[in-house]
Amino acid sequence: MSRKRSAALVGNPNAGKSALFNALTGARQKIANYPGVTVERKAGRLILPSGEPVELTDLPGSYGLHATSPDEEVTRRVILGELAGEAAPDVLVIVLDASNLEQHLVFAQEVIALGKPTVVALNMVDLAERDGLVLDPQVLAQALGVPVIPTVAVRRRGLTELAAAIAEAESHASDTPHPRAHLDMVERRVEAQAIASAAIISESAKHRLHSRVDRVLLHPFIGPVFLFALLFVVFQAVFSWAAPFADGLEGAVGILTEMVKGHMAPGLLRDFVTDGALAGVGSVVVFLPQIIILFFFILALEASGYMARAAFLMDRLMAGVGLSGRSFIPLLSSFACAVPGIMATRSITDPRDRLTTILIAPLMTCSARLPVYAVIIAAFIPNRPVGPGGMIGMQGLVLFGLYVIGIVGAMLAALALRGTVTKGAASGFIMELPKYQMPRLRDLGLGLFQRAWIFLRRAGTIIFYVTVVLWLLLNFPRAGQGESQVDASIAGRIANGIAVVVEPIGFNRDIALALIPSMAAREVAVSSLATTYAVDSSDEDETAHQLSDQLAKRWSLPTALAFLAWFVFAPQCISTIAVTRRETNGWKWPGFMLAYLFGLAYVFAGITYWGAIALGL
Amino acid sequence: MSTVTTITLDNLPTDTPARISAVDWSQLVEEEARRLRALGLDVGAVVRVEHRGVLFGRDPLAIRIGRMMVALRRVHACAMSVEALVEVGA
Repeated sequence: MSRKRSAALVGNPNAGKSALFNALTGARQKIANYPGVTVERKAGRLILPSGEPVELTDLPGSYGLHATSPDEEVTRRVILGELAGEAAPDVLVIVLDASNLEQHLVFAQEVIALGKPTVVALNMVDLAERDGLVLDPQVLAQALGVPVIPTVAVRRRGLTELAAAIAEAESHASDTPHPRAHLDMVERRVEAQAIASAAIISESAKHRLHSRVDRVLLHPFIGPVFLFALLFVVFQAVFSWAAPFADGLEGAVGILTEMVKGHMAPGLLRDFVTDGALAGVGSVVVFLPQIIILFFFILALEASGYMARAAFLMDRLMAGVGLSGRSFIPLLSSFACAVPGIMATRSITDPRDRLTTILIAPLMTCSARLPVYAVIIAAFIPNRPVGPGGMIGMQGLVLFGLYVIGIVGAMLAALALRGTVTKGAASGFIMELPKYQMPRLRDLGLGLFQRAWIFLRRAGTIIFYVTVVLWLLLNFPRAGQGESQVDASIAGRIANGIAVVVEPIGFNRDIALALIPSMAAREVAVSSLATTYAVDSSDEDETAHQLSDQLAKRWSLPTALAFLAWFVFAPQCISTIAVTRRETNGWKWPGFMLAYLFGLAYVFAGITYWGAIALGL
Repeated sequence: MSTVTTITLDNLPTDTPARISAVDWSQLVEEEARRLRALGLDVGAVVRVEHRGVLFGRDPLAIRIGRMMVALRRVHACAMSVEALVEVGA
C-alpha cells in the first residue's frame, strides 16, 4: 500500500477524546487549522502492532452529524469526506464515555450507520467503575456490530488492543449489515437507552460526589465567592510567580546582548543585532512566563471540569451585553495579555460570540499597559490621600479608574458590535457541565508546550520583523553633523506627519514619535520617551532615570491625561493584531479592530484633552 | 391521588424530577433547538433542575438529564412543558 492509512477519533464532547489521542500518539502532534476555518486540526502518528504508521486525527467533539457549530461542521465534513484537501479517514474510532452511554450511543449509532470501517473505544471505564457502573463490552459489541475495546486513556489501558482493532477494521467492514441506518434521532435515543441498559452488568448509585461538590461550587452565594477567590489566586500567580522568570529571561537577553557587543565590532550591524533584533524579540519573550502560568491554570481548570461551572456562574452577567458565559474566561485572561485571551476564544462555539469577544479583548487592561500608566501617573497625579479617612491614594484611584474605563468600554463595545457588525440572534448558552476530574500532568504539559510554541512561533516571528523594520526606520537615513538621528530618520519624518494628526488631541511630536515603536509593545512607549528625552539632554545619566520629572516639566496635565485615555483604547500591539489575524483567518477583522480602536482612542483622548482644558486643569 | 400538573421547566422547583411533556420548538432558534435535542432534551426525557444561576433572574439553569448535567437559559426552559413526577410543593 503506497498511501498512508488514516484514522480519526470521533465522539461527543467530554468523551475523553483528547486524553486518548495524547496517549495513542504521544507528544509528536501537528496542530494547524482546517483550511478556511479556525477549527484546530490535531494530527499525530499511531504505530500499529505491525509497525505500520497510521495518521490519526482528533476530530472536534460533536453531538451529531447535523452541525450546530463550526466545530461540528468540520467533523461532519471530514467523516463524510466532503472537506476539500482532507481525505476521508479510512477507519473511524468512536470514543464513548463509559459512564454516559445513553447519551454517547446516539451519535455512535449515527456514525456506525455510515457503514465505514469503525471501532469503538469504551473510554474511562475506570471512572464508570468508580461510580459503581460495571459494563459488558461484548454485549455492546454485539448490539453495535463493531468491535468494542475498553480503554483508560490516562492509564494507557487497552491502547494496544485498540491499535490492533484499528489495524483489522478495514478488512472486515463492508460486509456488516446496518439495520439501523434508517432510524431518526428520537428512535436512536430509545435504541441507545436499550443498548446501554443491556450492557450494564451492575449499577449502584454512587455518583453522589459530583452533586455534592456542585452544591458548593454552584451555590448562589458561595459559588461566585469561590470563583473570585480562585481568580484572585490566578492573577497573583500570573503577576508574582512570573516575575522571577521574566527577570531571568530579561537577564539572559542582556547577557546575550553583552556577548554580541564583545564579539562584534561597534557599528550599525552590531546596533542592529542588539538594539533591533535582540531587544525586540526579548521584549516579547519576557511575556512567556505569564502566558505559561495563565494557561497552566486555564488548562487545569478546563480539564477538571470547573471551567464550565465558571461559565455557568458568569453567564447572566455576560448576557447583559449580548455575550454568554463562555466569553468570560477569554476576557479575564486578557487582563494579563490579550494574546492568550484571544487564543482562548476557541472554546466559544458561536462564531459571532467568538468574534465579538476577540474584538473587545484588547480593551481589557493588559499588563503591558501598566508601565505606561505607572510613569504618567507618577509624573502628573499627586500622591495625596482622598476619600473617607484618607484611606485611598489618589494615584491608586486613577489606576483603578483606568481599569474600570477599559471594562466599561469593552462592555459598551460588545453591545454596539452585537447590534451592528456581529448582529444576529442573541447567543444562547447551552453547555454540558462535565464531571469533575483530576487533571493529568502529562496532558497539561503537552497543552502548555503547544500553547507556548504557538505564541513564540507566530507572534514571535511577526514581532521580530516589525522591530527590525522599526529599527531601520529609526536609524535611516543617517543623521548629518549637528542633526539628531531621530529628526533625520524616516521615523522622525513619519512622526512629523502623525504629529499633525494628533496635535488636535493634545499630543506633541515626542508622543507621536513614541507611538511608532510602541506598536511593537505598549511599554516600549516608556523606553522610547526616555530615549527621546535622553538624546535631547546633555547629561544622559540625569535624564534617563528621571523620566517622570522630564514629563512633568515638558507636558501639560491635559496632554498627560489624553495620553492615558489614548492607551486605554489604542490597539497598540502588533502581537494582538497578529494573533487576531491568525484566529479570524484573514486581514478583515484585524483591520476592523485597528480602525475602531484607533477611532475610539482618538475620540476619547480628544474629549479628555479638551475637557481637561475646559475645566482649567 | 396526585393530579398531574403541567408547568414550564423554568418554573419547576429545584430537585423535583419531572418528565418533559411538550416542547414548543418554534420559540427557539433552530440551531439551539437542535443542540437541545442532541443533548436529549426532548419529549419524554426525565429531568430535574439542580441549580439556578446567581445574581438577577436566577438564570441560567443546570438541568440533570440521565447521567449528564446541562446548563441552559430560561428562554430555553420556557419552551418546555414538564409534568412533575412527584407532587409539587408536597
